[in-house]
Amino acid sequence: MIDALAEAPGSMDSETEESRAIGGFGSISSAFETKPEWENGNLPEWFTKAREEAWNEFLRLPMPGRKDESWRFANVKLHDFSSFQAFEADADQIEELIERSHGLAESSARVIFVNGRMVKIDAGSDGVVCLPLVDALAEYGAVIENHFMNRQGQLGGRKFAALHAARSDSGVFVYVSKGVEVAHPVEVFHWVVGDNATAFPHTLVVTEQNASVSVVEHFQSANDDEAGFAVGAVKLVANTGSRINYVGSQRWGSKVKAVNLALTEVGRDASVTGCIAQLGSAWCRSEAVSHLNGPGANSDMISVAIANGDQEIDQRTLQHHAQPSTTSNLLYKNALYGRSRSIFAGLIQVDQGAHQTDAYQPCRNLLLSDEVEANSMPGLEINADGVKCSHGSTSSQIDDDEIFYFVARGITPRIARKLIAIGFSTEPIQRLKNEAIEELLVAQIGQRFEDVTQ
Amino acid sequence: MEAQTQSQQMKLEIKDLHARIDGQEILKGLSLDIPKGEVHAIMGPNGSGKSTLSKVLAGHDDYEVTGGEVLMDGVNLLEMPADERSRAGLFMAFQYPVEIPGVSNANFIRAALQARLPNGEELDAVDFYKALYAKMDELEIDRKFTARSVNEGYSGGEKKRNEILQMAMLEPFYCVLDETDSGLDIDALKIVAKGVNAMRSPYRGFLVITHYQRLLDYIEPDHVHVMVNGRIVRSGGKGLALELEEKGYDWVRDELAVTA
Repeated sequence: MIDALAEAPGSMDSETEESRAIGGFGSISSAFETKPEWENGNLPEWFTKAREEAWNEFLRLPMPGRKDESWRFANVKLHDFSSFQAFEADADQIEELIERSHGLAESSARVIFVNGRMVKIDAGSDGVVCLPLVDALAEYGAVIENHFMNRQGQLGGRKFAALHAARSDSGVFVYVSKGVEVAHPVEVFHWVVGDNATAFPHTLVVTEQNASVSVVEHFQSANDDEAGFAVGAVKLVANTGSRINYVGSQRWGSKVKAVNLALTEVGRDASVTGCIAQLGSAWCRSEAVSHLNGPGANSDMISVAIANGDQEIDQRTLQHHAQPSTTSNLLYKNALYGRSRSIFAGLIQVDQGAHQTDAYQPCRNLLLSDEVEANSMPGLEINADGVKCSHGSTSSQIDDDEIFYFVARGITPRIARKLIAIGFSTEPIQRLKNEAIEELLVAQIGQRFEDVTQ
Repeated sequence: MEAQTQSQQMKLEIKDLHARIDGQEILKGLSLDIPKGEVHAIMGPNGSGKSTLSKVLAGHDDYEVTGGEVLMDGVNLLEMPADERSRAGLFMAFQYPVEIPGVSNANFIRAALQARLPNGEELDAVDFYKALYAKMDELEIDRKFTARSVNEGYSGGEKKRNEILQMAMLEPFYCVLDETDSGLDIDALKIVAKGVNAMRSPYRGFLVITHYQRLLDYIEPDHVHVMVNGRIVRSGGKGLALELEEKGYDWVRDELAVTA
């Protein structure tokens, strides 16, 4: 069933939305009221200035309100961040988390952050440059200046983007020079530890002409019962003919509120696959933007979310076709348990002259309980000719015939439902076309289903 | 004496079965015995209730049994939920196998086998794949199908071969094949029949439901039954199938009209 169309954004339960909106908005205060103490050291002036400006912008911007179209359907009660503050992990905690950073069997570089501080880096085999962002400023200042936080937060999250830019004194910079194909993925672990601790993961990936790289990021909490607040920003810049595969595996603890801002810039004949797996958190706002800046550019935007309890998954996307003969393939899949909610607002924007654009924007919700809510607001804005665009948003329950097929083979209905839901959620992962990453994600998704269905 | 009683019970016994869907009675007192070791074919015109029979046996929720009983080796089948029936040794090959996106064939069959193991016991992956590949080779199914989603995008023949593959892996005691020949070309039909024939054994009973006699050229039945309007109206040897093919179902209907 199609639950909403571009012309008539709809909610499955608009009355609830209305009543939830009453009660005012949260705030970002406490530690965030005070200006961060930056160590400017030898950092270039543009960078320190950018942070300063970002802080001022953060203070100036209002909290998103319920009348903001870009926050439509969001449960504003969840936007109270006043209890969070910076927390410094101790040596034992850091050591333990380094120990617990498990991912792929093989990687070309490996970086571990705890509460935003880089604690370990095994960098730079296989021709990939992988450096702490601040260290990279010396050699790659010009590249970073071009891209650092530029155009982030366009879909409503500007205040969070500003906070991130002001707070992010540590991040990772991945750079691949012309023609270099990096053999194994770059792997980045982001941990948050301590009750009410914060993290501002920042990742900038740039590939030069005909280069290629995969980057896998893991977002995790040291302890599931600790609240936390994470505002992450990732930027992927694929220059002419290059290729980036990006996977973000969000497994924050169940009391973590998270904002994830992803921005992709794709050049001529370049291709980027961005995949975000939302397998944790209490609330997650995800904004993903792809700018297709050169003819032949391609962007695959994949998201898999498995929500339960009172979790809210708020997703806003933009597929921006600035040049002709560009393609974007979006696929968002949400499996909703308990009383969880999903919000999907997507826009395909085709600029004047961006003819022969192909853009697809399906969002699929699998409703696994009677109390879940799925809101979809797909949109098209087309100013060119010969364009193939489609959006389709569906919300459905598991088909009885599918369950019967399992049951007729001796599988219990409970396991049948779980396997069907796992199938629903892992299906887009095959698009990543990397066996090791696929295997890892499928295992993590399977574990998530074990956790939410136990 | 006791042994004899037991052997008498080694059958799928359908007694005066009545079933309906959406308030409409489809099975109107159907009786049939399928002893282990035998292949029984049910033929019948469209709308006679053939597929309803297979779904009622498999335990589909949409159908309500309003009378009669079904015993599998003496155990009341109708009291069991569908998954338990399967684990107890009943298999139904679907006329329209269901597509399950995102669930690989291997994982599906593995889950079905795992469901048959006692709690805490894990299926051995190496043995599983060895057995799976061997059966796939027999059924001329490309090994790539282990990783493909169950039935998704398969041709008619591939879907039916996949049903037989599941049957071969689960090694049931009683197999109900619901119009397994529908949508098959002759080559696919031969492969499917070969797979079924390979499973014929003194320890296994088959109920082959079909509209056409053609399938029975390849899976030779011990008994043929004609089903009309929710009942078995005639039973005989394999010659009955040929007679039906020649004279058409009107012949049985006409005879019924005469005797009525």
